[in-house]
Amino acid sequence: MRLRLVGVFAGLATCLAQPLVAAEVNVYSARQDALIAPLLEQFEAETGIEVNLITGKAEELLARIRAEGAATPADVLITVDAGNLHRAKESGVLQVIESVTLTSRVPEKLRDPDRQWVGLTVRARPIFYAKDRVDAAELSTYEALTDAQWKGRICIRSSGNIYNQSLVASMIEAKGESATEAWAEGLVANFARKPTGGDTDQLRAVAAGQCDVAIANTYYYARLLDSKKPEDRAVVGQVKVFWPNQGDRGTHVNVSGAALTKHAKNPNEAIQLLEFMVSDQAQAYYAEINHEYPVVESAPLSSTISSLGEYKADALNLGVLGTNNTRAVKLMDRAGWQ
Amino acid sequence: MAVTTTPYIERRLRRPRVNGFLLSTLIAALCVALPMAVVVGFVFVGGSEAWAHLVDTLLVRYAWNSLMLSFLVALGVIAIGVPAAWMIAFYRFPGRDLFSWLLLLPLAYPAYILAYAYTGVLDYSGPVLSWMRAIDAPAWIMSPFLNLKSLPGAALMLSLVLYPYVYLMARAAFLDQSANLMEAAYTLGQSRWSVFRRVVIPMARPAIVAGTLLALMETLADFGTVQYFGVQTFTTGIVRTYYGFGDTVGAAQLSSVLLGFVFVLIVVERLSRHRVQYYSDRLRQLNQASVQLRGRKAFWMQCLCAIPVCFGFVLPTTLLLYWSVFFAELESLWGVMANSFLLAGGSAILIVTLALMVAYANRLHPSRWLTYLTLLVGLGYALPGVVIAMGVLIPFSVMDQWISAQLAPFGVPPSLYFSGTVFALVFAYVVRFLAVANGTIFSGLSRIRPSLDHSGRLLGLTQTGVLRSIHVPLMRGSVLTAALVCFVDILKELPATLMLRPFNFDTLAVKTYALASEERLIDAAAPALLIVVVGLLPVIWLNRSVSKE
Repeated sequence: MRLRLVGVFAGLATCLAQPLVAAEVNVYSARQDALIAPLLEQFEAETGIEVNLITGKAEELLARIRAEGAATPADVLITVDAGNLHRAKESGVLQVIESVTLTSRVPEKLRDPDRQWVGLTVRARPIFYAKDRVDAAELSTYEALTDAQWKGRICIRSSGNIYNQSLVASMIEAKGESATEAWAEGLVANFARKPTGGDTDQLRAVAAGQCDVAIANTYYYARLLDSKKPEDRAVVGQVKVFWPNQGDRGTHVNVSGAALTKHAKNPNEAIQLLEFMVSDQAQAYYAEINHEYPVVESAPLSSTISSLGEYKADALNLGVLGTNNTRAVKLMDRAGWQ
Repeated sequence: MAVTTTPYIERRLRRPRVNGFLLSTLIAALCVALPMAVVVGFVFVGGSEAWAHLVDTLLVRYAWNSLMLSFLVALGVIAIGVPAAWMIAFYRFPGRDLFSWLLLLPLAYPAYILAYAYTGVLDYSGPVLSWMRAIDAPAWIMSPFLNLKSLPGAALMLSLVLYPYVYLMARAAFLDQSANLMEAAYTLGQSRWSVFRRVVIPMARPAIVAGTLLALMETLADFGTVQYFGVQTFTTGIVRTYYGFGDTVGAAQLSSVLLGFVFVLIVVERLSRHRVQYYSDRLRQLNQASVQLRGRKAFWMQCLCAIPVCFGFVLPTTLLLYWSVFFAELESLWGVMANSFLLAGGSAILIVTLALMVAYANRLHPSRWLTYLTLLVGLGYALPGVVIAMGVLIPFSVMDQWISAQLAPFGVPPSLYFSGTVFALVFAYVVRFLAVANGTIFSGLSRIRPSLDHSGRLLGLTQTGVLRSIHVPLMRGSVLTAALVCFVDILKELPATLMLRPFNFDTLAVKTYALASEERLIDAAAPALLIVVVGLLPVIWLNRSVSKE
């Protein structure tokens, strides 16, 4: 009797859990609703596959997928920074994405060597400077920011932020761990203030005169350029971009990307979605709305982004940012980078 | 009501007929014990790699910052709370009655909202500093504002909202002191200052200590303020270890260290409370001996009383109001409000029901075990929200995975039953706030003398009849107060809500936090203001019931 009851319950639960819609895909996204929803709607219209979207912070989404285990409703994880994508891979919640479209369209350095995640957009993390107090000729590389002339003039956000962790991870690859730790200590010694706020805060601080130089991601600057608020445009009026390390490895770049979860219930629909997102049309749109660079070379740049000029990007395979992440975090903790 | 004459009724009332009461107390106690046991249990699990790194680099910083913050907040709440209580208790001046409750208003503010408000106005690019730069103010005037986002800044924010605990306790203690002792001291030739220092303060010390310790528990539990100001304490460390390193073990171990700190506070608090009983010898109310002030002196007194009210309430509220009315890009808050109110309301009802069960279990079937269980339930309030969240997340996700595994053979797709649902959230609220409801309901119930029950039974009422016709009307006030206080506490609660909420489920507190951390302080003003306005209700209520007594 009891067994039969369980069976009935199980059958009922199965019916409830499987809605009548034939095809669907569940997306956990660390990107805001407004930035991604239009694209997903387009995908729905083209394929008839229903997309269910849940947004949250990158770390929360990953913690959730981990805790949900096999029960996770997530098929696709969309998040920012190769460091986060790598963490997801390391926690064993992803699977290999079998797609020739992805491997042929996305450059090799912008995707995981084990094919567990793929980049969707590119952002760079250059130096920004106050144009009235700094001469661009004084700037050269990330490394040179530890020079004595920058004492008390640098703004950057906290080491808890993944963008900084990835920047440090790339430097570990280029310079080795001990040189990078010395660099981090030198940088901390040149801070204008204790790390606080986000990247936009650092740009505002440069404009307000609290510091002369900041490190921030390109799309924050581009967002201010495109802003309707006059006070935002006043900030970019006083701050200019400088592409560091053009004479050697190039400026640090990173991606926003996506992955297929290990326990995905709709893997085929999920891969279809990912392939849709690297189509020329989707790439152009997605990169523009986020003020980023497309990963697919044939997709056009937005006018705001092209106004920042051409630059040489670090050719490092971004998977390395993930593998070096833990060392980077510990190194920054030791250097006293709060 | 001597028990020697225990009549038939008393025995009938004591007979363990409705053991649902006892059972619910046991369940409540187990709920509170679960997160504690989980977190402490991890102490015995080997250290993870991230834990070794923590011990090497950050543990000392977390401990030091938490200690320094506690120390500064203790100084702050005493420096504001005790003089305020002294002025209200020992002097009469125009506006004194008004100030006696205005001084409670900052209690409506969660510290993180105060932090957002002050940051918005005092930031480098904010109006105050921009103006100061425009008039070329000297650097030493500007530097304290520049350094608001720091440990002392966080301590200031916390002190401004937590001093009412000390103020309330100290005021009650001052009003309770017998005037004879003071008069004796005066006749012995002591000055007013000397009497204050050598008689009044020592007698009120246990109350001041108790108030301060309450403030410190809130300080150790604070997440929003320290996170926003970039002060690395245990709470931010736990969240960073869990999310940043993805290290559950390390986060649980950090939680247990924090729990150790809290435990020390609890022990100190118990010890200090013990002493209060020494001075309950009140011969004459002091009120008659208080000093009437007029003219300039009264004016200064009013100014002094106005300082904490202004900085802890009037100023930030004006700011939030100004921002939300004139600048905020208001998106609809209805959904978020509905979430908040339903969640807080539902949980408050559940918590009060449980508290009633516990209280009646203690009244109808007192036993030593019950006393222990009730004490355990009382510990919940001391547990920081972050610790509760960790202690709830870990066992619930294990349970979910187990249930999914059991149901898998029947073709049931794995799913979440406990973690990541509102259930986990409500559970955490019960753990944290049951003690709050308990306090109010116990004191309410203790005012109904058993003789009333007896009379009711003698007049032919059944036991349920006694409950309905005697207890319900008499208990209504306490139950409403308890529900209200829980409701507001839940509305303000940030860290546990942040970590346990289901996806796409925002509350006012979470929304405020999210907007503020996206550097949209002005847009955060409206949800923040809503929390504060609702938070005012129990403050007013609380004051009414205090002044009635």
